[in-house]
Amino acid sequence: MDENVTTAVLEEWVHRFAHLVAENRDYLTELDAAIGDADHGSNMDRGMKAAVAALDASPPATPGALFSKVGMTLVSTVGGASGPLFGTLFLRIGSTLGDTETTSAPQLAAALRAGLGGVVDRGKAGPEDKTMYDALAPAVDALDAALADGADLAAGLKHASDAAAAGRDATTPMLARKGRASYLGERSVGHQDPGATTVALLLEAAAEAAF
Amino acid sequence: MKKLINDPDDVVVEALHGIEAAQPDLRVDHQHKIIYRGDTPKQGKVGIISGGGSGHEPLHGGFVGLGMLDAACAGEMFTSPVPEQMQAATKLVDGGAGVLHVVKNYTGDVMNFEMAAELAAAETGARVVSVVTDDDVAVQDSTWTAGRRGVGVTVLLEKIAGAAAEQGRDLDQVAEVAGKVNANGRSMGVALTSCTVPAAGKPTFELGEGEMEVGVGIHGEPGRERLPLAPASDIAAMLVEPILADLPFTKGDPVIAFVNGLGGTPLIELYVMFNEVNKILGGHGVPIARSLVGSYITSLDMAGASITLLKVDDELLSLWDAPVNTSALRWGI
Repeated sequence: MDENVTTAVLEEWVHRFAHLVAENRDYLTELDAAIGDADHGSNMDRGMKAAVAALDASPPATPGALFSKVGMTLVSTVGGASGPLFGTLFLRIGSTLGDTETTSAPQLAAALRAGLGGVVDRGKAGPEDKTMYDALAPAVDALDAALADGADLAAGLKHASDAAAAGRDATTPMLARKGRASYLGERSVGHQDPGATTVALLLEAAAEAAF
Repeated sequence: MKKLINDPDDVVVEALHGIEAAQPDLRVDHQHKIIYRGDTPKQGKVGIISGGGSGHEPLHGGFVGLGMLDAACAGEMFTSPVPEQMQAATKLVDGGAGVLHVVKNYTGDVMNFEMAAELAAAETGARVVSVVTDDDVAVQDSTWTAGRRGVGVTVLLEKIAGAAAEQGRDLDQVAEVAGKVNANGRSMGVALTSCTVPAAGKPTFELGEGEMEVGVGIHGEPGRERLPLAPASDIAAMLVEPILADLPFTKGDPVIAFVNGLGGTPLIELYVMFNEVNKILGGHGVPIARSLVGSYITSLDMAGASITLLKVDDELLSLWDAPVNTSALRWGI
């Protein structure tokens, strides 16, 4: 498989993600109000609007530069836990892609896995802590598995998106062990995790983009 | 939602302009949303910065000044500041003796301050030590949670560490005093109403007229349990007993007793609470050496209160009594 993924396609992914975050801003904040402090939607929306503005102001030449710019913008505009976590995710994807002109399906999958590693380094979360990890890790696994089975990138990202959505849904019955929701103990059970929900939007945007 | 605002998105920016206009001793870096002392950096003095989400006023901007903080970073409403802000503040206050970061234990605050310390060290070689406050006994402290929240002790710590820095102690000594305050202080809070975050436009949680949330933090996050509203005497006992049980506050150990309003409770009710706290502590033979009553670490318009007890020795007491000149705390000058 020799598909070349261009910066333009990845930029479309980021734009679609920003759009989905804006559309779901109030929903994400409502999810956060139930178990956190009611700012996840507004924070992510502020960050992704800033990221899109930064990309429009000076369009990056390479996939690596694109993700690094999104990551830097999120770290410097979002705050809270989401800023460092989503910022580190994008920064790590960007640094893994390096400065090649285009990327490929295996490179992108490897970069996403590195991004997951960045989230774990920063947030110290693991499986079933009821965090973004629970949507991101299954998505990365599903992409790897699909590519190994010979799927093309578009089909692989569709699998990843489905896995992220399932991972998001699976956070509802979990007891939170990281982040602000962990203060609630048993009372966190029965609520969908906002971070996992945003990750599902990120993969949904990827599946929709014209890979 | 009835609030004195223009646009929810502009609340923090406009408040910083207001603070700048109202407080001639303070300066504001609007780009980085930093409130800092007009006379900083002081050569040879340890710089102390703190910060966190906005909406907890006077924390932290109200505590910038002689004998307390050198700078405070204001995040968005209830959202920790970003690393760039703490990095800029660290540079502003570093007089060559290093900088203490006072961080409340919330995942976002901890991660952003961590990144800021890494960046500041990489950029300027500034020596940074962090102290994380985690005094809330309402939270189960285990490896399975994010650990206890930092609440009321943060105010007492900023005062006492600020005095130590003002005396000319070095960074390790100031950090040691700060650690001692955190180790000897415990808090717990109760909410009678939810707060309303301007951007959300409605209360974060619903609480019936006859209900209260016991064990709340300072962000409108739900508490440990929901109970029928009780008289102040019962509420005081509900808050003080877990605090006393958590740290061996033994008979005769003097404490600083801090009754804090969460933003929507009048001072007269806080004094009613203090009266109850005084009675309970008297019954346990725990003498109140100093007291602080008022709204110092708030949760926007939330009605309710938190109680903080800090076990003190002569050193902590003399640092507490040292002069302080900030917009929210002022004595001895």
